Amino acid sequence: MMTPQNEAELADLVAAAAGPFRIVGGGTRPVGRPVEGDTLSAAKMSGIVDYEPGALTLVARAGTPVEEIEAALAAEGQRLPFEPMDHRGLLGTSGIPTIGGVVAANVSGPRRMAVGAARDFLLGVRFVDGMGRRLKNGGRVMKNVTGYDLVKLAAGSYGTLGVLTEVSFKVLPVPETIATLELSVADGAVAQVAMTRALTSPFEVSGAAVLPGEARLRVILRLEGFAGSVAYRAEQLSALLADLGTVSRIEDAAANAALWQGVRDVVALSGCDLVWRVSATARDLRAGVLEPLQAKTNSLVQLDWAGALGWIGMTAAQAEATGGAKAVHERIQQMVADRAAVPGGGHATLIKGPDDLRADVSVFQPEAPAVAALAQGVRAKFDPKGIFNPGLMG
Amino acid sequence: MQMPEPNLSVLSRKARIVSRLLEVLPNDAVIHDEAETRAYECDALTAYRCPPLVAVLPSTTQEVADVLRICHAEGVPVVPRGSGTSLAGGALPTADCVILGVARMNDVIEVDYDNRFVRVQSGRTNLSVTGAVEADGFFYAPDPSSQLACAIAGNIAMNSGGAHCLKYGVTTNNLLGVTMVLMDGTVVELGGAHMDAGGLDLLGVICGSEGQLGVVTEATLRILPKPEGARPVLMGYDSNEVAGQVVSDIIKAGVLPVAIEFMDRPCIRATEAFAKAGYPDCEALLIVEVEGSDAEIDEQLALITEIARRHNPVELRESTSAEESARIWLGRKSAFGAMGQINDYMCLDGTIPVSQLPYVLRRIGEMSKEYGLGVGNVFHAGDGNMHPLILFDANKPGDLEKCEAFGADILRLCVEVGGCLTGEHGVGIEKRDLMVDQFEPDDLDIQMSVKDVFDPQWLLNPAKVFPLGSSETRRSQALAAE
Repeated sequence: MMTPQNEAELADLVAAAAGPFRIVGGGTRPVGRPVEGDTLSAAKMSGIVDYEPGALTLVARAGTPVEEIEAALAAEGQRLPFEPMDHRGLLGTSGIPTIGGVVAANVSGPRRMAVGAARDFLLGVRFVDGMGRRLKNGGRVMKNVTGYDLVKLAAGSYGTLGVLTEVSFKVLPVPETIATLELSVADGAVAQVAMTRALTSPFEVSGAAVLPGEARLRVILRLEGFAGSVAYRAEQLSALLADLGTVSRIEDAAANAALWQGVRDVVALSGCDLVWRVSATARDLRAGVLEPLQAKTNSLVQLDWAGALGWIGMTAAQAEATGGAKAVHERIQQMVADRAAVPGGGHATLIKGPDDLRADVSVFQPEAPAVAALAQGVRAKFDPKGIFNPGLMG
Repeated sequence: MQMPEPNLSVLSRKARIVSRLLEVLPNDAVIHDEAETRAYECDALTAYRCPPLVAVLPSTTQEVADVLRICHAEGVPVVPRGSGTSLAGGALPTADCVILGVARMNDVIEVDYDNRFVRVQSGRTNLSVTGAVEADGFFYAPDPSSQLACAIAGNIAMNSGGAHCLKYGVTTNNLLGVTMVLMDGTVVELGGAHMDAGGLDLLGVICGSEGQLGVVTEATLRILPKPEGARPVLMGYDSNEVAGQVVSDIIKAGVLPVAIEFMDRPCIRATEAFAKAGYPDCEALLIVEVEGSDAEIDEQLALITEIARRHNPVELRESTSAEESARIWLGRKSAFGAMGQINDYMCLDGTIPVSQLPYVLRRIGEMSKEYGLGVGNVFHAGDGNMHPLILFDANKPGDLEKCEAFGADILRLCVEVGGCLTGEHGVGIEKRDLMVDQFEPDDLDIQMSVKDVFDPQWLLNPAKVFPLGSSETRRSQALAAE
């Protein structure tokens, strides 16, 4: 394994190498098609470079552990607003998640729906491209339209465009109070009504999820802010949902933190051998994918983002009983493609599955040919030798 | 401002290009008479003008694709245009170009409250997007000052912001998907109504690419339920340092106002003379606005005014009525007009780290004396996006050049303290030649290589964003290959 200590070392290494490289941060998120190549770790390029609480900005080297950043922010009463998921529980991996990994996979949790994803809070990046050039884009200020926004392009590029060395973020204050409203409902249709009502109200819900239950589903809605405001909104929202069932309230801070961390990390599905992540509008996801799938298959489903993000989990045996994992995978991606209002209007990604399956299928949703050609063209510019995580995204 | 020499071969083929365009567009959508093309000679950066070869006003994505296919085949540069409100010259034509205006494409295609999005044609104005949904209690968040006139197409091209983006983000944070036509006429869909990219986030690089990668014809935008209410508080201070500290303290206290606006003394005086909003005569003025129910607003404003008092304000005025709120905002909203009463002005748009505010304002004051040109500062303090307004006399020989040199020095200062050249207006031609002050040649090369992929012939808005020297090889190779 190669572990450059700084950006200059990394650039020299890349410029001289024939590759290919398997690029990792903490190695906790092995998502995508398995990559053959020498492991290149960014973990040693670590440390917070600059943190200005009064400006809500933080700059860190890509290999900095997420927990180190979260601790520094917490000491000032701030946080990464997009609530990055820790994949270790779901994927059964070990290691230390890094901030570079969060960016590379654009990892965002329940609050994405309300405030934005990792890519929305990412202000700037430094990276080394496939020719060993040290490059920067964006910066450390909140508003910046100077030149093309390669920052967004870097987020979610899974190391296929370059090796990140430094990232800067906008951060936000931790609210004074958090409360969760909980509603037990009989089916997904009612759950969706509850979430839609909450999200179309002015009461600023910062999390809306549906957890699988024994017979009924648990709908949870999160409110954050100053104590008086949270109490007011909880009252209003409870009244708005009263006809759908009994609304209970979780007010204990630790219980709330644990509950939403569980949603964020999709712990409900950690016993599954196969996990798909489906992003589509709530209407397309429920009617186009979940209802037809669940009519034929036993699976576990967690909904987040008010129904616009679905996590679907199965055991190997359950997949076998419905034609095998590969057939299930292709069926899910086909359902997303068929249902989407516009071509490309949603996608399904196989997040967890055995290596041989991930090598055999299109892990990421296939794109329309013209879009795939653009993506391929961009990759060829950033990484002309094709040495960074080749094939990982298809 | 230097622009490339027009392509003589294109100029000589005008009649043929017009007739080909008339094959795919109605007569009234192809403007080629020299008296009429003059209407498109500039955008809101009026110091630079050049009538285009032709202007076209397509009504559908198909018509846009037809136009681009023809221009691609003929090797004609195309400059996309929304409403022409760019302050950076983003829609400035060249003599050999076709202006592709999207003004006729202003329909609402779909409104979905349950899933909280609207899909509109890109020529629709920013404010009329909100207009289409506000009766049902929703709004579109990005609110550039020109929102009455500016088009969504231009908002996407420049990744426009506004006063309320501290809480709601800028265009890129509220844009879910686009239908876009590539220079060769290929129509692509990027994103959709869902919340993240399934592969590379190409949508993210389209937003802010200044019409150089494709022509966006339709956009899916996130809409939000309107807050129950909003209320501003106005505070005045004796020094910029103290006002800057108040901003920082408010942010650190855990309040997230929807807007924190800052005006300095020259700007306060000008707006007071113009709009009579009743502003105090002081060094620095802040307007902080929060949202929510009445009780929530009270809770937040109590905290904010407590912080404000700690720093000995010369004035602290909390709005108690809609009229009072309007008066507080009146001065800020008429700031540009007020400065315009005094003289011609140039509006800058750099962003700085918030902590550098006092230093940068002091330096701007010093430079103002050196150049002998007045300057007023009005800006979005919460996010460090400054709008220095430099006063000059367009009729006085040499004044524009002096003003531009002063502006360039201010923008270099923004970069020097860790900020950037433009926060929400875009580079266009205005800041094009300063890009080398913010970026190394390789940083620009990798950006230009993205354009190589989307528009290999460099026909879309080619003389913008990148210094002509940096893009010359690419532009001339494309010309030679023609």
